[in-house]
Amino acid sequence: MSAPENLKYTKDHEWVRVEGNEAFVGITQFAQGELGDIVFVEVETAGDELKEGETFGTIEAVKTVSDMFMPISGEVLEFNEKLEDTPELINNNPYGEGWIIKIAIADQSELDTLLDSKQYDELTNS
Amino acid sequence: MKKTQFSDLNKAMGGKMVEFAGYEMPVEFTGINDEHINVRENVGVFDVSHMGEVWVKGPKAFEFVQKVTTNDVAALSIGKIQYSCFPNGKGGIVDDLLVYYYEEEKYMLVINASNIDKDWAWLQKQNTMGAELENASDNISQIAIQGPNTIKALQSLTDINLSEITYYTFTTGTFAGVDNVIVSATGYTGAGGFELYMYNKDAKKVWNAIFEAGKEIGIKPAGLASRDTLRLEMGFCLYGNDIDDTTSPIEAGLGWITKFVDGNDFIDREFMQNLKDNGVSKRLKGFEMIDRGIPRHDYEIADAEGNVIGRVTSGTMSPMLKKGIGMGYINKGFTKLDTEIYIKVRKRLLKAKIVKLPFYKA
Repeated sequence: MSAPENLKYTKDHEWVRVEGNEAFVGITQFAQGELGDIVFVEVETAGDELKEGETFGTIEAVKTVSDMFMPISGEVLEFNEKLEDTPELINNNPYGEGWIIKIAIADQSELDTLLDSKQYDELTNS
Repeated sequence: MKKTQFSDLNKAMGGKMVEFAGYEMPVEFTGINDEHINVRENVGVFDVSHMGEVWVKGPKAFEFVQKVTTNDVAALSIGKIQYSCFPNGKGGIVDDLLVYYYEEEKYMLVINASNIDKDWAWLQKQNTMGAELENASDNISQIAIQGPNTIKALQSLTDINLSEITYYTFTTGTFAGVDNVIVSATGYTGAGGFELYMYNKDAKKVWNAIFEAGKEIGIKPAGLASRDTLRLEMGFCLYGNDIDDTTSPIEAGLGWITKFVDGNDFIDREFMQNLKDNGVSKRLKGFEMIDRGIPRHDYEIADAEGNVIGRVTSGTMSPMLKKGIGMGYINKGFTKLDTEIYIKVRKRLLKAKIVKLPFYKA
């Protein structure tokens, strides 16, 4: 399955959907498949200014825990509260209802460092 | 990496394969929760051929098994099974196992895959009385069919009346046209069902017949990951996590399989008796999370002030209870039912409380 063309991606399997000066961030279809059943999402950084690459939260599947990293620098504006009770939204709809945080973009130029869908597909198909 | 008779069949059914104890095993198929719930509510099939089997035979068989295991083998009659462990001579556990009293002067010991070599060396070393030992691990395949609908799924495959086999007993007979299959009412899930033992040459035939017979009621394969969440909901110990060479059965809550009766002169008996009489400084206990969070192996357990009072040995999100559950060794003074403890999850202390096992009651 190929990654949606309207999103940008990181090598850590996060996606970014830009809306003006803000962006939604989630994890990719590939990532949720690797993790398996997601049972808990913890984001304690709402309101924090974080740099690209910093940990903004943790995602727990039944068997594993993994950190989630800021794809670009910015302020964490909002955590998708639906995930508190229905973390499986990430499994079922990773690019839609399963979004994880909304951020205020600190530096638009950082977007250029992200992968496009084609580059991301190459990464996950290799 | 070793393959089981079912490795290719598991792959063909969509199993995500991983290496476990040197074997290529399926960790998951349709998803841990899905497989877990299918076993609790319907019926699932696990390839557990990686488990080891050792035969103990001859006139010295009883004496040998009595010496190397903590449970009282004299309490077994033919056709019965016992959960037990091998004490290691230093107060710890070499492995936990099932003892099958197969026939007069013949026992089968079922041991953990990850310990086969260690156990085999240990057993040979302890065999000072000259029992006949045979490591049959590479010749025997094992399938666990678990869940409340197991009998419904399997009965058409055998003339053995499956509902007459009571928990922790077994019978040997023809199954799916294959002779000498051991049909054992055991499992590692608490969901009911059977474990079948057969020779490798017959294994695929039995496997295929099970899936064919169970198709109508929705039999599904299940992987090691759901096997682990199922056993943990029951509070069953996993060797390497909850028990090992440094933990005694008394600390691990396995006093019930450590029998200080006349005639059971097992290795470390005196040491264990001493622990039992004088008390232990820590105990393996089950706890469930009050705060939201999931305990994991090796997380610290703390008191309200943050002082470390133990360590998590197993933990997960319970698919049935939808909350974090775990087990861990906890210091004396904090092990009473309902005691509030804290689990150090990343940098935070999350509240939990000591509960009774099993976590989940069917």
